[in-house]
Amino acid sequence: MVKSRDLCRGIDRSDGFATLTLDLFSGSPNPNPCSYSRSAKRVRVSCASPAAAAAGENRSNLFDSLSEEVLFLILDRLESDPLDKKSFSLVCRSFYAAESRHRRALTPLRSGLLPAALARYPSVSRLDLSLCPSVTDAALASVGGALRSSLRSINLSRSRGFSYAGIESIAVNCAALVEINLSNATDLSDAAAAAIGRARNLEKLWLARCKMVTDMGIGCIAVGCQKLRLLCLKWCLGISDLGVGLVAVKCKRLRSLDLSFVPITEKCLPAVLRLPHLEDLALVGCLSIDDEGLMSVKQESKSLQVLDMSNCQHVNHTGFSSLLSKTPGLRQISLAYYCKVTHSLASSLQKLYNLQSIKLDGCEVTTSGLKTMANSCRSLGELSLSKCSGVTDEGLSFIVTKHKGLGKLDVTCCRNITDLSLASITSSCTSLANLSMESCILVSREGFRLIGQRCHLLEELDLTDNDLDDEGLRAISGCHNLCVLKIGICLKISDEGLIHVAKGCPNLQELDLYRSVGITDIGVMAIARGCPLLQIINLSYCTEVTDHSLRSLSKCSNLNTLEIRGCQVSSSGLAIIAVGCRKLTKLDIKKCYYVDDAGMLLLARFSQNLRQINLSYCSVTDVGLLALASVSCLQNMTILHSGGLTSNGLAAILVACGGLTKVKLHSSFKPLIPKPILEHVEARGCVFQWRDKPFQVELEPSEVWKQQSQEMHV
Amino acid sequence: MDFKLRRPLEASSNASSSMMSEISRNLKPGLPFIQCDSTNICYGARQEQSFSEFPPPQVIQSRGLYAREQKTETKSQLEPSSAVNDLVMDWNPRLMLSNLSFLEQKIHQVQDIVRSIISQEGRANELAAQQQLVTADLTYIIIQLISTAGTLLPNIKNALLSATPPVGQPGVMANLPVNASQKQHEVLPMELAKASEYDELIKDLNSGGEGDELIKCLNNSVAEVSESIPIEDHDIKDYDDGLDGENLPPGSYEVLQLEKEEILAPHTHFCLICGKGFKRDANLRMHMRGHGDEYKTPAALAKPSKEASSEPAIIRRYSCPFVGCKRNKEHKKFQPLKTILCVKNHYKRSHCDKSYTCSRCKTKKFSVIADLKTHEKHCGRDKWICSCGTTFSRKDKLFGHVALFQGHAPAIHMDDAKVSGTSDHAQVGETTNGMVANMGYNFSGNASDDAQSLDIKDVDDGQGYFSPMNFDACNFGGLDEFPRSAYDVSESPFSFLSTGTCSFIPRNGEN
Repeated sequence: MVKSRDLCRGIDRSDGFATLTLDLFSGSPNPNPCSYSRSAKRVRVSCASPAAAAAGENRSNLFDSLSEEVLFLILDRLESDPLDKKSFSLVCRSFYAAESRHRRALTPLRSGLLPAALARYPSVSRLDLSLCPSVTDAALASVGGALRSSLRSINLSRSRGFSYAGIESIAVNCAALVEINLSNATDLSDAAAAAIGRARNLEKLWLARCKMVTDMGIGCIAVGCQKLRLLCLKWCLGISDLGVGLVAVKCKRLRSLDLSFVPITEKCLPAVLRLPHLEDLALVGCLSIDDEGLMSVKQESKSLQVLDMSNCQHVNHTGFSSLLSKTPGLRQISLAYYCKVTHSLASSLQKLYNLQSIKLDGCEVTTSGLKTMANSCRSLGELSLSKCSGVTDEGLSFIVTKHKGLGKLDVTCCRNITDLSLASITSSCTSLANLSMESCILVSREGFRLIGQRCHLLEELDLTDNDLDDEGLRAISGCHNLCVLKIGICLKISDEGLIHVAKGCPNLQELDLYRSVGITDIGVMAIARGCPLLQIINLSYCTEVTDHSLRSLSKCSNLNTLEIRGCQVSSSGLAIIAVGCRKLTKLDIKKCYYVDDAGMLLLARFSQNLRQINLSYCSVTDVGLLALASVSCLQNMTILHSGGLTSNGLAAILVACGGLTKVKLHSSFKPLIPKPILEHVEARGCVFQWRDKPFQVELEPSEVWKQQSQEMHV
Repeated sequence: MDFKLRRPLEASSNASSSMMSEISRNLKPGLPFIQCDSTNICYGARQEQSFSEFPPPQVIQSRGLYAREQKTETKSQLEPSSAVNDLVMDWNPRLMLSNLSFLEQKIHQVQDIVRSIISQEGRANELAAQQQLVTADLTYIIIQLISTAGTLLPNIKNALLSATPPVGQPGVMANLPVNASQKQHEVLPMELAKASEYDELIKDLNSGGEGDELIKCLNNSVAEVSESIPIEDHDIKDYDDGLDGENLPPGSYEVLQLEKEEILAPHTHFCLICGKGFKRDANLRMHMRGHGDEYKTPAALAKPSKEASSEPAIIRRYSCPFVGCKRNKEHKKFQPLKTILCVKNHYKRSHCDKSYTCSRCKTKKFSVIADLKTHEKHCGRDKWICSCGTTFSRKDKLFGHVALFQGHAPAIHMDDAKVSGTSDHAQVGETTNGMVANMGYNFSGNASDDAQSLDIKDVDDGQGYFSPMNFDACNFGGLDEFPRSAYDVSESPFSFLSTGTCSFIPRNGEN
């Protein structure tokens, strides 16, 4: 069952594990003194064990002497990284057995592994099948038979190939089932819904995009699953007022209801609002609801806290005002798109004493509206005005000075705001943790200086496409808590600024330098050294970046996403990354012309966790591609314009990679690959996307690209 | 219960009644209908007795086989006294009293008008109008007086008649098979053969050798028709239970309680002249036109309720005679019924057997035939099904039902197998019933011979089957020339037969 290479790696890492256990117990002395007092002694035993091993004593005996309770305690602390658990289970038989019994969550890579996994982990309560593109009824029946009452949650949102029979076997056998995610099961009909209705204890159910389910089906669910607390019916186009009304009548415990894009009218709203515990209601894109309808709704809801009515094209401020007056307990509202923030709407917010968060993305905003809103609300914690037209310095300044508690502010694409706004934002909102100001092109160095100077709690900052330079970056490095920094398309920044960031922001986890062309290896090296927690880095089209950068980044062992499109890297650099960053899951090496089969071979050897790869324009041939087939996790692949590739090689890898779910290929290959092979791969759950893009060798300079993209915007 | 008991009797009596009403119209006074419910044989005998005084052709006409103009003339002359016959059966001193008091009232009105004429002499045009009014009123009073007096006449004549011995007439025999026992069936072809105009019919009957069946069918159909008359009540349902929204304070209205027999009587409006019964007074007024020109005046044809409304309106509400019913006036939370129609439908629905079974699904039963008709309109087309087996023609009704009852859930067809299954079953049923393939589902359904489930449509089918072309034509072909005014406006070919049943209704009520 355990594959030889896993074993091999397990042995590789077993030394690491020994130190890990030591670290665990020396590093965190006594997490919970009272209840753990008895096991404290045993902890010492486990501490002693590596020493004993070093002394050459009978190591397995010592490990065997550890009680299961202790092992479980150790396992409890290994939740953060799945690889650690794998290593743990490979230490010895008792550890293996303990890990098997301890595991509660299982995410199999493909359904073929399911029988073995179920046999090994009998007490799994959460089964996530989202990585298995194809799950048959038989597989579901085996799940139902094996896990029985231990299964509490199952996720089938990305799976196909099952019918109502499979769902029924789960629903009938697993009495403790409380969560089912059946989103995207577009071919499931009412029969499946009736099967779900047999899971009497269900509390959470996602049926997003189940377009075939009608009122009859949802009626069965409403009657059968009366303990439902969460129901997501997003994009269920077959459901109407009747079905929703019945749900509202039968499922009195509902707390969260998502009716986005469902063709409902206002007729079901009174029943929905009558639900005594309803807290979260989403009505995004309900085009059949209009102003008159909303005004006719007289039912109040005291419990409602979160309301999302974005994209309701036929509702205007009058309808919103009417509804908001019925829901006094609201904490969050989202009225994005098609809503005019007028004086009347803003003043209807006045009665919402608990309001904390407003999302008005893409709305028409006036200065007076913003001012009224500022006066109406008590204390906002979150405000999103992204892509709003009409946001001015005056309005924004007014609202931020009134709401000093703002933690999150989104002013993306509010192109009219200047340093004045920044001055008031930074001076009043000192607790700001999240600021998005993409494309605020009028903000200057002074504004960035203020951010760095005053917003010390800032964790996420998006300055994409701003007029940012090294001085500004130096100022921003004063935000020492920064985790996410997006400074793509800032053409003026260089290594100097990046070195400041590396020094000032040790917690940085995500860095976006997309098309910030002034960056070279020196800057990346500084980041790699200064920010060891880095997980995501985007260096696409930073054309000065070479293998040296990759060598330094290989030290960031947490790196999971690397985008280096159009960089001057080669196979050797890639190899170093593969060896160093074992957690790499996403890799984009489009237009890295020097990457060839050698890089692929090493990548396949070391990056066993790779899920997604883009190989367009690389010098990879059939050999390199076939090597990738050994990466068992690989799901998503894009290969366009790879010169050395033949249809036979492509066919071979398609067959060899069992876990593929999405493959993007050039359409010229479509007739060349044998049809039975395509059908076979599709039957396994893979989706093909055939692209017919022209071959484009040279990269245009970033200035030209920016010019072009801005012209497209306008 | 009593319905079944009543059936055979009714069937025969209904069949005969068509003729009976004709007879009465032909100035043959007072047939002893009251006695004739004893046995069929006895009944037949009595008929012969009564027919003895008829010239044969008239009797044939009564079956609608002949329609001679001369007959209509005689008939119209004799009409007024024909009412006598029917009134005998339920001569009611109370009715007479109310008639008389009504006349008294009328006379007072005329007096008032005449007084006003006296007081304001000179205005010519007004005078003319008032004179017209007076004459109209006076003629009305005269007619009423005559008809009221006429009700007493038959009592005397009846006594006379019973004394005279019955004389058999050959022509009479043609009618007897229809009314009476089947022994007489063989007579029918023979007798009819004499009538040269009906050779064709006879050919059919003889060649098919199905005389018996034809007669059976006729009997059946007559019976069915008589039952299916309440079809006219379709719109009644709209009024039904109309009171639920109403909240009259108790005591603000007068409560009437009809007796069970009154409620179950099929007709409420009776012709004072011929005694024919009607469901609606509008139909009665249409009928009255045939009794003479005096009934054709706008005043006579106008809705009488208008007159009534001129008087101070007393709100009338009705009580259900069933003790313990919420609609009964003794009930604590008494909820009165708004109209007589409400009473009728309420009583039938709540306190009578559901004797009308749907011929298609054979499960749904109704006590009001209009309900059956409504059901049959969508029976088999109910696609909204609850897990409890209840079917709905509308999705919102199903969801209302599911929302109301704990544990009920919408039932989902796994596929269309169910639907095709039922249609297969239907076909099998047809073939096993030995019916002609194109007979249609309806007919095959009742071929299993649950007479009670028959309705008009079925009867049509049945006739079409048993006598392929001529039955309709020979029976009712003459109807066009027949004096229609004497009958209720005929909507279906059977109205001819069905109208005859009316003279028996009061007696049924007493049973």
